[in-house]
Amino acid sequence: MARGIKDKVAILGMGCSQFGERWEAGAEELMVEAFAEAMTDAGIDQSQIDAAWFSTHYEEINVGKGGLPLSIALRLPNIAVTRVENFCASGSEAFRGAVYAVASGACDIALALGVEKLKDTGYGGLPGNLGGTLTPQWAANGSAPGNFAQLASAYRAKHRVNRDDLKRAIAHVSVKSHANGVKNPKAHLRKAITEDDALKAPMIAEPLGLYDCCGVSDGAAAAIVTTPEIAKRLGKTNIVSVKALQLALSNGSESGHNSWDGSYFHTTRIAASKAYQEAGIDKPRDQVSMFECHDCFSITELVTMEDLQLSPEGGAIRDVMNGFYDADGQIPCQIDGGLKCFGHPIGASGIRMLYEMYLQLQGRAGERQLAKPSIGMTHNLGGSPMSNVAAVCIIGAYG
Amino acid sequence: MVGITGFGGYLPRLRLARKAIVAAHVWADPGLQGKAKGERTMCNWDEDAVTMAVEAARNCLADATSAPDAIAFASTSAPFADRQNAGVIATALSLGDDVASIDVGGSQRAGVSALVQSIAGVRSGLYRSALVVASDKRRSKAASAGELAYGDGAAAVTIGERNTLLEFVAAHSSTVDFVDHFRASGEAFDYGWEERWIRDEGLAKIVPPAVTKVLQKAGLKPGEVDHFVMPSTIGRAVAGIARQIGISDKAVRDNLDAVCGETGVAHPLVMLLHTLETAVEPGQTVLVVGFGQGCDAVVFRATDAVAGIASDRGIVAALANRLEETNYQKYLAFNELITLEKGMRAERDDYKTALTVTYRKRDMLLGLVGGRCKQCGTLQFPRTDICVNPQCKAMHTQEPFSFRDERASVLTWSADYLTYTADPPSHYGMITFDNGGRFMTDFTDVGVGEVEVGMAVKMMFRVKSYDHLRGFVRYFWKAVPVRAGAANVKAA
Repeated sequence: MARGIKDKVAILGMGCSQFGERWEAGAEELMVEAFAEAMTDAGIDQSQIDAAWFSTHYEEINVGKGGLPLSIALRLPNIAVTRVENFCASGSEAFRGAVYAVASGACDIALALGVEKLKDTGYGGLPGNLGGTLTPQWAANGSAPGNFAQLASAYRAKHRVNRDDLKRAIAHVSVKSHANGVKNPKAHLRKAITEDDALKAPMIAEPLGLYDCCGVSDGAAAAIVTTPEIAKRLGKTNIVSVKALQLALSNGSESGHNSWDGSYFHTTRIAASKAYQEAGIDKPRDQVSMFECHDCFSITELVTMEDLQLSPEGGAIRDVMNGFYDADGQIPCQIDGGLKCFGHPIGASGIRMLYEMYLQLQGRAGERQLAKPSIGMTHNLGGSPMSNVAAVCIIGAYG
Repeated sequence: MVGITGFGGYLPRLRLARKAIVAAHVWADPGLQGKAKGERTMCNWDEDAVTMAVEAARNCLADATSAPDAIAFASTSAPFADRQNAGVIATALSLGDDVASIDVGGSQRAGVSALVQSIAGVRSGLYRSALVVASDKRRSKAASAGELAYGDGAAAVTIGERNTLLEFVAAHSSTVDFVDHFRASGEAFDYGWEERWIRDEGLAKIVPPAVTKVLQKAGLKPGEVDHFVMPSTIGRAVAGIARQIGISDKAVRDNLDAVCGETGVAHPLVMLLHTLETAVEPGQTVLVVGFGQGCDAVVFRATDAVAGIASDRGIVAALANRLEETNYQKYLAFNELITLEKGMRAERDDYKTALTVTYRKRDMLLGLVGGRCKQCGTLQFPRTDICVNPQCKAMHTQEPFSFRDERASVLTWSADYLTYTADPPSHYGMITFDNGGRFMTDFTDVGVGEVEVGMAVKMMFRVKSYDHLRGFVRYFWKAVPVRAGAANVKAA
């Protein structure tokens, strides 16, 4: 494997808008909100940004195509702006563009910004994706919740888990995230729920109920990156650097070849292994301090803990029920409320995950602050269990 | 000797209880109370005359040793007025390009007309083996007589020269513009006249002359007819005609009103299949009559091959595969007889179908044809330039392979209450085929709580979605649980 980018890139500043039903703001206003905070945090002038990467998924109900919407909204100085899109992993993809630009020496300072405006559709839930000209003529009639719910039937069959036990475990996942969201002023959903609330909620797609599904939110998040040397020169202390950033995409084998059993993410396992190797982590369960994973649906979070090698195969339920991933557990997961409560404006989420890890590492997470975290990890996934993009990013104190 | 060499039937699984229909309307028409008996077949939202025809034809061709070179599709409820319906069926069955196809319609005797013309085609030597499939899903106004009397269904036969079951003896057709009912092109519902007039002035005067002539051609006396197959929704009308002509009471066949309803142009064939499967013995004669602006009358003689004939693909098996439906509102909804609020997500279906893609991928979409890698043998759907097997990935090695008759089982599933479907929740999941291959598919004909990991499923041809904006119907295949007593895929 190539050497990777461990410690070649530092985060200079980050920003994140208020997430939620932002009726009063369009995507343009959300972009400026996140950018302004990132700029203040970075302490630089706009003219110092060399290039930008722009992430948004549903452009047709949002800002439209290309990099122009970002360039125009932020009045960037006629620099390169690349729009990237990789489903819900678009945010990580934008970060990757900015980070590689700096690591390669092509840019001194680069911007990654993701935004999504989901509440201009006129109805609740995510809009569907037709998927081109052939796909709608044969693809199964489902939705995002239904696609991820497929994991549940397979996980239960493989690990011989009965429905009640699985329902309680995924309920715990959501209860935990809600408790964390209460402490996050920028989160969309800030009310605690009980296990009973989750178990009795209306069914969305068997076995996922209302509280097993993340919120549909508007929002934007931004990151400004540079080399550690430039960050030091600009007076930064407590430098947070990128230790690893790896993506893995499905190639059709899960959906077309009888080698996948439907109960885990083939790609997450690959991306995580590569990321740990790049970061020099050989005992993830011992070395990862905290993480944000892609909890679009509670079942996704549950199986991902095993895919990230944090829980053993078939052991996620036990760890969850023991509080291993709670705020006061060994490896807090979704300490900022996660996609579940912070919200999931698709293009922004990958960067929002990094925002919380970054604040935690700098000791700036307020009420949510964990004691001395050293390694923060994000897992950002787009698509569906059988066909997807998995992105794993690891950041930590520089050096 | 030319005759019927194979058969297959299909009835939708749902059976609308007549008592549910009557309960909805008896407040306005107390006279309906006496009609609250039995049940009628009812299509699921994703079935139409073409999908039922495909299933009947699959059942008919399951044991065939060669593919037909002609196909006739008869219906008065064909989904397309101008886009050949028989061609859709031919593509679904992978019959190949060199098949003669024709749509037949226009009257309730169209199924028997298609039968007569196909027999003529084979007898003349123009065709070697003809497939005749008749199918109807007629819409009736709520509270109409047709709503109670009609059923949805399809039946298919093959006409050939070898291994004949029912040898063709004679046929006679008459054309008489007796308008017992009519439906103009583009109109949704038919309009009918008084039953007594239809019986006395129509049936009683038009059928006997045609039957007399066909029996003369056949060299048969009326009393020698062993089985008289003729549908009619008018009570005792057919028995009266039999008496008029001199056909024995015992020969008059049950019109299956109690368990099925009258399936339009399919019904003479549906009744013929039922007769063949339950009552015909070698050497017996069968008279089939279709009535509708004239008469088609055909005489067959059973060969020795009918002895011990049993099929899990005929009308008997179709009748046994039933699920009672007592929700009349669901019938109205499925047949778009009421204006329902479907919600914004339903707008997704009104997308413009890329016909270039529909054509380019017609074997995939209509025939469920995927690929088999010549290098490693892996089966995959869809077929692609590069093999899906991670250990192979050979390029340009796929040969066409259809999954339509393959056995599969459920790997993962969910019941989705969020997406729009006409029959919520939308059950779907990943199915894996026993011989290899897999894909995520819609399930149909399943109820809440029925789907389980490991469950055996088979593939059926159904409506994928309707584009109401442009009036287009999209077809694809869906997974259905393998149920005891129903027509199943071939044994592995």
